Amino acid sequence: MTAIEPQAGTVPLDPEEARRVRAARLERIGKWVLPLAIMVLAVWLWDRICVWNEIPRYILPRPGEVVATLYTDAGLLFGSLLVTLRITFLSLLLAVAGGVGLAVLFAQSKWVEMSFFPFAVILQVTPIVAVFPLINIYVDNQTAKLLLCAWIVAFFPILSNTTLGLNSVDRNLIDLFRLNGATRWQELWHLRLPAAMPYFLGGLKIAGGLSLIGAVVAEFVAGTSGQSSGLASRIIEAGYRLNAPRLFAALILISFTGIVIFLALTLVSHLVLRRWHESALRQER
Amino acid sequence: MLQEMRAVASEASGGDQKSLLTLRDVGKSFSNGVTALRNVDLTIGQGDFVSLLGPSGCGKSTALRIIAGLSTPTTGMLDWHGGQGRSDIGFVFQEPTLLPWASVFDNVWLPLRLRGVSREKATPAIREMIDRVHLSGFEDAMPRELSGGMKMRVSIARGLVTKPRLLLMDEPFAALDEITRFKLNNDLLELWQDERFTVVFVTHSVFESVFLSNRIVVMAARPGRVFREISVDAPYPRDEAFRTSPDYATLCRETSQVLGEAITLGGGAHDGH
Repeated sequence: MTAIEPQAGTVPLDPEEARRVRAARLERIGKWVLPLAIMVLAVWLWDRICVWNEIPRYILPRPGEVVATLYTDAGLLFGSLLVTLRITFLSLLLAVAGGVGLAVLFAQSKWVEMSFFPFAVILQVTPIVAVFPLINIYVDNQTAKLLLCAWIVAFFPILSNTTLGLNSVDRNLIDLFRLNGATRWQELWHLRLPAAMPYFLGGLKIAGGLSLIGAVVAEFVAGTSGQSSGLASRIIEAGYRLNAPRLFAALILISFTGIVIFLALTLVSHLVLRRWHESALRQER
Repeated sequence: MLQEMRAVASEASGGDQKSLLTLRDVGKSFSNGVTALRNVDLTIGQGDFVSLLGPSGCGKSTALRIIAGLSTPTTGMLDWHGGQGRSDIGFVFQEPTLLPWASVFDNVWLPLRLRGVSREKATPAIREMIDRVHLSGFEDAMPRELSGGMKMRVSIARGLVTKPRLLLMDEPFAALDEITRFKLNNDLLELWQDERFTVVFVTHSVFESVFLSNRIVVMAARPGRVFREISVDAPYPRDEAFRTSPDYATLCRETSQVLGEAITLGGGAHDGH
């Protein structure tokens, strides 16, 4: 940036400006401290409620017990986490490939989009839990079953966002490309795909969370059929055995995974867009 | 009267001058019944700086798009003298229309890149063009880091990097503040004199058209058509001294009068636009 930034402290500030600086500093600290404090308070309250009401551990375990279980059952739980993660990432990968691939196909012609977009919508709006029995009949392989399920849940936001992005290119830039004799491929590669990037990344952020949900839900409805024992299976199993601490531990692992996926994709989005897109720019002034 | 003006114009621009392009009876109608252009006959000579001046709706942008080949005329035809290839045309839009994800350098590279010229091979031409529009040192800047005037400079560099014979400009400086606009006008004239390309410049500013062009084509609306041609005899180079000269003021007044007649004729006097 070429803008001149006055060094903090060297310029005497008027009261209004000083107030603004103070407020900004407070906000920066509060952004982290407040949610953390509320979280700690909630956990403490959870613990107190267990103690005050003498709730048995198989109904609601104390937080400390859950953490202990996370440690003692680590081998079991993290093994299952890996199984769930594998399905999640594979389905996210397929959702990206399928979503972007279909979007590019749709962008080739209005007719293709008009013809096939309704199918994508139908696939999206039909609850996956209701469709799963069918998948269960037609697909034998357990992994394929779960993947298909998670994919159906995750691909739509990528498809719809990328389609929107590919179609929202500045008309003048399209004219410029035509003027310079650009081929369809050049127009796609040098213009439409980069222009769709922010939209795609927005869809990816949603799809990341959805593929985890898809993976867990798929495993739930698929049932604990032995070999594939992801975190969902652990939860069901723990439920049957009234092993509430392990159930909670598994639950915490799942939501923690979701948070990590979201943060990672947010970071990716920021890194890709930081040099040019409005959404990634730090507010100045 | 009209013929008379034409004769004067072609004489002023030099009898032996070769023409680059002729529009013969060009018309454009849209499916909604609007006639954007009717019976446009216009010859653009090599090295001309022609301004298309007129109120909104007079079809000046449509004419530019037809010349660029972005739009096909409903009637009439375009006649390129000595053949025409796509690479003969550079286009500068009203907005800078840069790729926001690409640096200044890569934006200027774009027309060459689309022609299959590698970055290494294109580098001398790109650097020279960036230098010509006074943006040396900003090669790696992203468009969002530039001011409106600088973005427009990039856009001009991009339009000229292929060394086109004809540069089409569609109200390129309309959105800029006056100081920036004056500066860009001066720099554009300098470029035009050095490189000897032809310019067709769409504007609704009398002052801009008089300052820049050797020919002004005043257009009227509803339907869009050529109303009259004015030749601006003031010698080049034109600089700030010309901008403040009595000659310039007189030319502006005369052109304003012609534009006023064109607006009255087109019924645009009551139009808010």
